[in-house]
Order: sequence, then structure tokens, then C-alpha cells
Amino acid sequence: MKAKASDYLIYDESTGTYREDPEQMVRDDVEKHYWLHVGRTIVKDWRLYVMLLPMLLVFLFWRYFPMYELLGCFKVSDEVLPVSQQLFSGFSYFKRLLVGGDSLSAEFWRALRNTFLLSFYGLCFGFPVPIILALFFNEIKSNVARSVYQVLTYLPKFMSTVVMTSLVTMLVKQGAITSNCGVISQLLAKLGFITNEVANSGLLNNPGFFRGIYQLSGIWEEAGYGSIVYFAAIIAISPTSYEAAQIDGAGKMAQMRFVVLPCILSTIVIMLITRIGSLLSIGYEKVLLLYNPNTYVTADVVSTFAQRYGLEGAAKGLATAAEMMNNIIGMLLVIGANTIARKASDVSLY
Amino acid sequence: MKRKLETSELIFKIVSYTLLTMFAICCLYPFLYAVSSSISGRKAVEYSEVVLFPKDIQFEAFGKMFSNNMFWNAYSNTLYITLFGTIWALGYSILGAYALSKKRLLFRKTFNFFLVFTMWFSAGIVPQYLNYLNTKAVFNKVGIMDDKWLVIIAMGMAAMNVILLRNAFEGVPSEIEEAAIVDGATEFQVLSKVYIPMSKSTIATVALFFGISRWNGYFWARQMISNSNEHPLMVYIRLMLEEYTDPEVMSGWNEAFASDSVIYALIVCSIVPILVIYPFIQKYFAKGVNVGGVKE
Repeated sequence: MKAKASDYLIYDESTGTYREDPEQMVRDDVEKHYWLHVGRTIVKDWRLYVMLLPMLLVFLFWRYFPMYELLGCFKVSDEVLPVSQQLFSGFSYFKRLLVGGDSLSAEFWRALRNTFLLSFYGLCFGFPVPIILALFFNEIKSNVARSVYQVLTYLPKFMSTVVMTSLVTMLVKQGAITSNCGVISQLLAKLGFITNEVANSGLLNNPGFFRGIYQLSGIWEEAGYGSIVYFAAIIAISPTSYEAAQIDGAGKMAQMRFVVLPCILSTIVIMLITRIGSLLSIGYEKVLLLYNPNTYVTADVVSTFAQRYGLEGAAKGLATAAEMMNNIIGMLLVIGANTIARKASDVSLY
Repeated sequence: MKRKLETSELIFKIVSYTLLTMFAICCLYPFLYAVSSSISGRKAVEYSEVVLFPKDIQFEAFGKMFSNNMFWNAYSNTLYITLFGTIWALGYSILGAYALSKKRLLFRKTFNFFLVFTMWFSAGIVPQYLNYLNTKAVFNKVGIMDDKWLVIIAMGMAAMNVILLRNAFEGVPSEIEEAAIVDGATEFQVLSKVYIPMSKSTIATVALFFGISRWNGYFWARQMISNSNEHPLMVYIRLMLEEYTDPEVMSGWNEAFASDSVIYALIVCSIVPILVIYPFIQKYFAKGVNVGGVKE
């Protein structure tokens, strides 16, 4: 920024004249020798920059260099040649996916829809459970009993996705020899929710059950752990608030409505906004481990679509284009959600 | 005198206890079932006679697993990756977070954005895969032939963890640091003697996050580790599951125990170490969520 002439002068009241502003000279000097100043500071604090360097390099190499490969979705050949030597193809892959009109395009739209729906159902069914759990934990006044319950419900969170999906696979597996299908399928069949044939064919082979299994296993895994943040908000409520409400004649439901809910509302709003922000960034590992060709109709999400065409197949450019669209929309959602959270509560998530 | 519970409170209490107990049982049941099935006899497992308690107890499924060298290989690979992966990731994250926590760092905002952007946008599976292939080629050229080191060095970075550490370091009072500098401490001594001891619990939490993600890592390990002797446990479990749930492969099964028991035994073995350390790390796990409410 160029300084104006008047910036250099200060009106001196005692003498009634103008004199030069020495600070502006310094500022000017700093501006003139900005890069010299930068260099000097870096030399003086060189240890800080050396400390920062390994981390920056790790993120540069394995988070930012992959973004260079994104160029692949604008290039024509999918094979052999490095990205830089491929021919430019414009937006042909995007066009193919979005308005191709063939089965591939239909598959992409299906994947996009599934991605959204899996997250959306997670939001509807998975989101309230931790809040309810936290309310229940609050009812248990004995510390020992509460710890036992908490430890038991946090436990599934410690399993890896592979172990969790292996367990789920075994619990609803198909009956291979006689009626030896998974124990959960048997239970459901006995209770009359599903027929024996469906149970024996394996619930994971049936597209109608995939979303249910995905959400229930998600709740099983996450709910207990997710309740921690709400529980922390609830125990921060002062006991006097409850007492005041009781004196005013509030029953339990009224206390929930007028004391607890307003106090944890900001937490709920923040968590909700985060959840909405990550509507399109669904963890592909779990889907990949649970789905099979029989359930692509309901299970295939954009990441697994990209994995199937790009890693197992050879359509790397196409797969990159598909995931890039998904990720860009996802990024816009996250940034939007963060902006709203910042406005709503003075708490920025990042 | 204790206040008498009102009816609505009593009902709510009963409902809470009942539903919580049911939920806790649901959480626990799959594990109990896995344990029971892993030690039940073949007939009991194959004809679904195991519901909760084991029947016709045998330990040969565990014996078969333990006698397999691949299992021990996979286990030690996972321990190796978890140990060195955590040390490496924690190391550069602490150093970087310390630098980022300093107001006098130039371009601090830019560096922060550089980190946070990776949480918003990822290039996706295929570009990452191509990038890892290139990395692998470079590693092989400089003589790192063991793909485990590719997993350790090139994977598992998490911007969120760096931010948790940065916030903890920003919370350390600057007077203590100034005192240390007056006493002649170098930058590195300030970090190791002041900052690290004063944010021990956050560091433990972050180490735990790194450790768990390393222990659980599956997808990229399976993609990038070509030698099956170097597979970590999770990849091994998945490969076993794929093999053992294939009816064609299993039609010739003639052991005294069910093939399913081996899978259950494997699942049990992968959970046991976590159960052993669970009581010690549980409090950090809970804490990690609470420090997750990040300030700018």
C-alpha cells in the first residue's frame, strides 16, 4: 500500500506547525524492505521453521501432491502415461457422468443418491440416540453404576471397522448348510420380522436390508461414545436450576423441556451443523467392507464407485471426476456449515 | 430428609434404567457371542445351538490360529506399524503444533489454512492411490523395500490432531516460557521442558487417536502392501473372512470345530489387547472429545 503524503505529517498543537512523523518513516522502511524483514525474522527464529518443516512436507507430499493427480479427470488417456503427458479432454468425463444417459451415468447418480441417503438417515436416526443416552446417564446418580454403563456403551467404538464389519457379517450371514444363518437373522425370523428364506439367503445379500444394517451398526458403534459431549454439557448445569424449576412445580418432563434442553441446545446445534456439513463425506471403508454386487442398488456410494472403476477397473480419469464432484460439494457444505456455526454460536469448528 | 421422588421422576428413572440396560446388553452381546462361538464345538456352531453360552467347549480353533505363522506375522506387523507410526506422526505433529502456536511465526495464518484445508477437501481415492504408487517407487529407489514403512511414513496424518495440540500449547502461560528463556533455555528445551510436560494429557489423547487409527488401518495397507508377510492384522482378518465365508472353499472342511469358530477366535484375539489397555486409556478417550470444541 502506498502511503499518502499527509501520512508523513503530524500537526503539532504547541507550535502550530506540521512536523514529520517518525513512526511512519519506520513503517515505510519496513514496507520497503518487507522481504528483508521477513528474511531477518526467519533467520532469528530459524528453529521454529525447522520444527514446522517436517509436518508441512508430510502434508504437502501426501495430501497436496495427490491434488495434482486430479488433472487426470480432464485428460483423455486413462493408462500408462503420467498425467502431464496426457492429452487434454476438457469436461468429457463430467459430461459422461452427469448427462451421459447410459447405465454408467445412471450408476453415478445412484451412487450420489445413496451417499446422500446413507448420511441423511444417519442424521435422522443416529443423531438423536447419543442425546437420549446422555439424558439417561444423567438419571443414574451412582457414579459406579454410571461408569459401568458408560464403559459398556463406549466399547464398540474401540473396534476397528474391519472387526466390526466382520462381526456384523457373521451375525447376519447366510445359512450355508442347514438353518445355520447368523444369530441375529434367526432372532428376527423367530420374531416374525423376516421369513426364513430371507434369513437363510443372508441379510447382507438383500438390498432392502443394507441401509438398516448400516445405520444400526453405526448406532451400535458410535452412540455411546457420541454421548460424551452431551453428557459433559448436561452435568455442567447447576443443580440450583433444577431446584428452582421444582419449586415452580415443574415435573420431570417440564424440567427436561425448560432446564436441560435450553442448556444443551448450543451443543446440539453445533453437532447438528457439523453433521450436516459432512453429509457427503461418508466413510467408504465400512461400505466397502459390507457391500457386495447384490446390494449395489442401495449400498454403492460415490467413493466405492470410484474405487471400483478407478482401482479395480482402469477408468482412473472417470473415477477421479466422480469423486471430485462429490468432494467439492462436500467441501462447500463443510465451509457453509462452519460459517453458520460461527455466526450462531461464536464457536468456530476449525 | 431425602426428598420423595415425584411420580414423573420415578417413571423417568425406571425408563432410563431399562432402556440403558437394554442398550448396554445390545452393545455387549455380539462380543459375548463371538467368544462363545469361538470355543464351542462344531455341531453346536453349525446348527446354531450357541445363543449365549458356549457348548461342547473346545480350544482347537484358537490352537489352529496360533499355530499359523501368518497370524503371528500379522500381529507383529500391526504392533510395529502402530508403534513407529504413532511415534513418527506424534513427533512431527508436536513440533509443527508448537511452531504454529507461536504468535511470532510469520505466515501463521497461511500455515494454519494449509492444514485446515486438508480437512475440507481431499483429492479422493484414485489420486491418492496414484500418489502412493509414486511414493512407493521413490521409496524403493532409495532402498526402503519394506512397504510397512510406506504405511508408517506416508499415511495417518491428521490435521485435527495438530489443531488439538496447537490449542493445548496456546493455553500454556507465556510467563513460564519467558522464565525458561531468561534461564537460558533454547527453543527445543522450552518445548521439551515446559510445553510438553504442561500439556501431557492432550498429548496422551492425541497419541491415543494416532495409535488407534494405526491399529485399525485397513484400506490403504491392503492396497499398498504387496508382500503378504507384511500384512497387518486387519488385512489378515479380512482376507481370512473372505476365505472362510466362501461356501466353495469351505465345503471340504473336516476339522473337529466349525470354520466360523476360527473367524470368531480371530475377532476375539484382535479385541483382547484393546480390552486390556482400555481401563487405562478410557479417561483420555473421554477427554479428547471435550477438547474437541476448538477455538480459533
